[in-house]
Amino acid sequence: MSLWTLALTLAFVVAAMLVSLWQRLGLEKDMVVATIRATVQLLVIGYVLKFVFHMDNFALTAAMVALMTCVAADNAGRRGRGLAGRFWRPFAAIAAAEVLAQGFLLAVHVIPGRPSYIIPISGMIIGNSMVACGLFLNRLRDEARTRNAEVWALLALGANPKQASRAVVKAATKASMIPTIDSAKTMGLVQLPGMMTGQIIAGADPIQAVRYQLLIVFAIIASAAITSIVLGFLTYPRLFNRFWQLVV
Amino acid sequence: MPHAPAVKPEPSPWAIEFRDAGRVLTSEDGPKSILTEVSGRLARGRVLTLIGPSGAGKSTLLSLCNLLQTPDVGEVFVWGREVRSWPLAELRRRVGLVMQQPVMLPGTVADNLAVPSRLHGRPQADGHRLLQQVGLDPSILQRPAEELSGGQKQRVALARTLANEPDILLVDEGTSALDRESAGVIERHVRCLVTSRCLTVVWVTHDLEQARRVGDETWLIDNGRVVEQGTTEAFFEAPQTEAAKRFLRTAERGQAGAGRR
Ligand SMILES: Nc1ncnc2c1ncn2[C@@H]1O[C@H](COP(=O)(O)OP(=O)(O)OP(=O)(O)O)[C@@H](O)[C@H]1O
Ligand SMILES: [Mg+2]
Repeated sequence: MSLWTLALTLAFVVAAMLVSLWQRLGLEKDMVVATIRATVQLLVIGYVLKFVFHMDNFALTAAMVALMTCVAADNAGRRGRGLAGRFWRPFAAIAAAEVLAQGFLLAVHVIPGRPSYIIPISGMIIGNSMVACGLFLNRLRDEARTRNAEVWALLALGANPKQASRAVVKAATKASMIPTIDSAKTMGLVQLPGMMTGQIIAGADPIQAVRYQLLIVFAIIASAAITSIVLGFLTYPRLFNRFWQLVV
Repeated sequence: MPHAPAVKPEPSPWAIEFRDAGRVLTSEDGPKSILTEVSGRLARGRVLTLIGPSGAGKSTLLSLCNLLQTPDVGEVFVWGREVRSWPLAELRRRVGLVMQQPVMLPGTVADNLAVPSRLHGRPQADGHRLLQQVGLDPSILQRPAEELSGGQKQRVALARTLANEPDILLVDEGTSALDRESAGVIERHVRCLVTSRCLTVVWVTHDLEQARRVGDETWLIDNGRVVEQGTTEAFFEAPQTEAAKRFLRTAERGQAGAGRR
């Protein structure tokens, strides 16, 4: 696809802006900003990827994955609003998912150890883990609040923080995994996943594209589970103070 | 984090001792003291009844004893040891609190009664016996706890706390949803534990008759302060302070007005 044909698709944006003007939605400015940002970010990423793929250097690939993990952890930490701490808890949870899932794929030679495989698949895993983190943290706080009477009752009986928060952590873990599982259930029926769509358009054999997509789905389910479980371990103590009193 | 080695109770005759204990809450309009300069002590095997108007701070005082709330001012000692230096699991197992609002945990009545032994890795308590002691029919063991009546829940909550075999029992209006007869069963069982196992009890109640029947000692709390403390007999026969006299007078009038239940 040439830049010229790509530019033609800007007609979509223009049409949306006209609708916005006509309906006085006041979204034109946001649309311009979004369009420019998406264009610049993706073009830059395109060139960066091209460079990284070309270098095919393990350290460089690892650095790139680490950077992606940091950005995701920072984003997830913002949503946790204090419960997870600023950074390192989501970082540990996402990194654990990435290392385990990606490590497994590489160890059993499911994918070749080349950046052109590692980076896009890492992107999927890390992005999904980030969403799982955000959901987990939101839900943990909500559950602890709605079930606080139960937690206090357990504390009064002498439960330690782990025992008192078990049900709450379990509910939050479950909630954070449901979107991943649900999307796996309808995959291909409702929508074709983005990666597969891209591959098919770029000329890949649909059967091959489906196989890679399945790999992604499985890796993502596992990584959502790993993220939530690790995050559960790291964050439940923060629901309590040092005298084992519930503080959220 | 506190560790949980078994602690030998220090050789203190005092089950509970408050030394200028207070509780301060910080709200939007500054700090507010909901419990102020509480001092007093209770010997092993004694029953203390706590009375006072609604909002006086009775529940707060109970929760200081097992550190569900922290004394912001002063100190609270249990068996001669400050609550904050106790291993928490041990403290809360031995200082059993029956909360004002009974909360049922998920599952059946039997599940609820099994929780304490599970938490502390102790041998399973006998659900049948626990229920009988609080005047409930053991046939409800397999019922979902959430489906019980208010009075049944109250008694299951008491039985659940007793499953921990506490040596100090804190009861926060534990019979408020019960008829006279069922309340009597509870009172007698608790008194029986006091005699047989030397249980120490702090019993919060709005029922002055009950406070008189059950207590060895009685404290009156008003507006966060303990305004009178003494033996139950002295308290009801010859109250010392103006506040106590007033409280008893109003309560009598209230009860006469409400008629006999
Ligand atoms: N979490 C809280 N936030 C703000 N105020 C509180 C809180 N808990 C208790 N209080 C206040 O502390 C005071 C004492 O409350 P407490 O529950 O100890 O009273 P009580 O004597 O047990 O009353 P009742 O007989 O109605 O149960 C009350 O004025 C109450 O409004
Ligand atoms: Mg109360």
